[in-house]
Amino acid sequence: MTPEHEPAKLLEIEDLHVDFLTDRGWTNVVAGVSFDVGPGEIVGLVGESGSGKSVTSLSVLRLLPPAYTRTPGGHVRYRGRDLIGMPQRELRDIRGNEISMIFQEPMTSLNPAYTIGDQIAEGYRRHKGGSRRAAFARAAEMLDLVGIPDAGHRVRDYPHEFSGGMRQRAMIAMALVCEPRLLIADEPATALDVTVQAQIVALLARLRDETGCGILFITHDLGLVAELADRVVVMYAGEVVETAPALDLYDAPKHPYTAGLLSAMPHLGVRGEELPTIPGRTPEPWRMPEGCRFSPRCGHANETCTAAPPEFRIVGEGRGCRCCRTEQLRLVGSP
Amino acid sequence: MSVMKSSAEVPAPGSPEPAPASGPLVDVRDLSVVFRKRRTLAAPRIVRAVNDISFHIDQGETFGLVGESGSGKSTTGRALLKLVPAAAGSVTVAGHDVTRLRGKALRTARRSMQMVFQDPYSSLDPSSTVAASIAEPLIVHEKLSGRAARERVHELIEMVGLRASYADRYPYEFSGGQRQRLAIARAIALNPGFVVCDEAVSALDVSTQNQVINLLERLRAEFGLTYLFIAHDLAIVRHISHRVGVMYLGRIVETGPAERVYTAPAHPYTRALLSAIPDPRRKSERIVLEGDLPDPARPPVGCPFQTRCGHVMDICRQRVPEPTVVEGGGEVSCHLQTSGPTLAGAPLSALPKGPGPAA
Repeated sequence: MTPEHEPAKLLEIEDLHVDFLTDRGWTNVVAGVSFDVGPGEIVGLVGESGSGKSVTSLSVLRLLPPAYTRTPGGHVRYRGRDLIGMPQRELRDIRGNEISMIFQEPMTSLNPAYTIGDQIAEGYRRHKGGSRRAAFARAAEMLDLVGIPDAGHRVRDYPHEFSGGMRQRAMIAMALVCEPRLLIADEPATALDVTVQAQIVALLARLRDETGCGILFITHDLGLVAELADRVVVMYAGEVVETAPALDLYDAPKHPYTAGLLSAMPHLGVRGEELPTIPGRTPEPWRMPEGCRFSPRCGHANETCTAAPPEFRIVGEGRGCRCCRTEQLRLVGSP
Repeated sequence: MSVMKSSAEVPAPGSPEPAPASGPLVDVRDLSVVFRKRRTLAAPRIVRAVNDISFHIDQGETFGLVGESGSGKSTTGRALLKLVPAAAGSVTVAGHDVTRLRGKALRTARRSMQMVFQDPYSSLDPSSTVAASIAEPLIVHEKLSGRAARERVHELIEMVGLRASYADRYPYEFSGGQRQRLAIARAIALNPGFVVCDEAVSALDVSTQNQVINLLERLRAEFGLTYLFIAHDLAIVRHISHRVGVMYLGRIVETGPAERVYTAPAHPYTRALLSAIPDPRRKSERIVLEGDLPDPARPPVGCPFQTRCGHVMDICRQRVPEPTVVEGGGEVSCHLQTSGPTLAGAPLSALPKGPGPAA
């Protein structure tokens, strides 16, 4: 480790733009996203499908296919170093070592032809060196850490011998084997049952407490993020629309989209009553509405909203919001 | 909907909160489903995916079935429509034992039983227009002419809240929520009395999820539909169901009115499932179940939940608990209700604190 100065922020994303090459040419899908993650902090990145949350998280480690994607603007700084312009060789030393990632589909992210232990050991040997035997022992230790019973034996199992929840825990073990400072978890609990989800969330919280790593937790489930995250970043149609400390967001959302998501959370329903919905659907990236991107679906929109795109503004202690009418609105949180 | 009132099975439109009329439309008795997987050089792997379950669904009622993956809830739904054969027991839908039907009689019975699947990407044919997909059951069962089928398709598409002009588009042109609406349009095309919704909203975003649930509710009230609603999301099941069944390892461990099951669960598994629902302002300690569902090919002897239960007693390892009537409605299969600290139908919360394993 180089003893350089330690920036207060682990990860800083600043005005990030990402374009995809489609039939219609270059299409912008992430439009000026900015937020940061501090050491030991858990930040929840929330949005529906198509909001750009996964693209944002993939562009941190530059995992998007370069032939079809480009980053025309913005910075992604990890401890002060910009990852966007970094040569691949340097980036490879960071990937899986200082920043690692967990994906949604544990079955497709594991190689069925190698044992769980081999796959955990591989990254460790790449970054930390050491003998095969030592790396394998380390793999067993990691499996034990993430709560796999009888880890010493199960480390020799193949992925198909693990249940869905165990595979996800193996993925987490793989991501943590080099003791990263930042963990990016992209919907790590989404395909799992609620009871397993609860296990994974409890595990991530414990790992943060024990290792002090920062976690960027990407999900569409506002309930899940509330239990885990310190701060929440809400994305809509490629933009950040609101950031706030987790509980503040639930008590008093500032953006109508956040309020809509909170009211649509299913546990609030009473039988026989119509469930609240957000009318319409997320816009296609090549057909973004004029002005505020949420205005066509917003019950509070007026002429000012469609006239010009609203700025992202500071609206309180640790809070930001992209809504020009927020001061005039009385939005309700989750009860 | 006036065009196709084919038989007497469509009752008068119910009020939004109907007291379910008449007797059970669906009656499941001691149903078991067994899967055999042949293996080379080894005994076949036998899985009792559904093990001796009984429940009923009244006319116009929504019965929610919850449980983790591998609990047998989807297999139960499939067995009700005879998409998988029953190994034992009976499934009576509108007076016919579905498990005994075959050939022409089965085909006729299937007109009144439909299914909506989880993944509208794979349940709609990607190479046909949605009109062709929705028209297929009309042409097969109703022998409608092309023109008549087309009119009916337009009517159905509007009924699920989309524009009739969408009929000639292909599935890839629709969002997930719209596709699920189209799958629902196809399911109700033949005026079925009974619809199995297998994780029908699980793949959708929250805002779209509620749109589809509202649609299902509206259709139920309008056409007197009876639903079996299978989902792993307990909050949604609570919203849509009159009564709920909780499955674990092929067995129903608890049934009852949704309100009672959610506010006063009587089975330790139900309580753990409910506590796993994410809640931004949780007050009580979350119960995190250890470990996984046991291998369904080698279920434990006795109570299926014993390996993960905080209250396990000796008797749980010996005998499968019998169903006991619960205060406030429904039944529970748990030895806590009958042996040891006898609850005799009281909710679990009546148990003294300290859920350590009993001696």
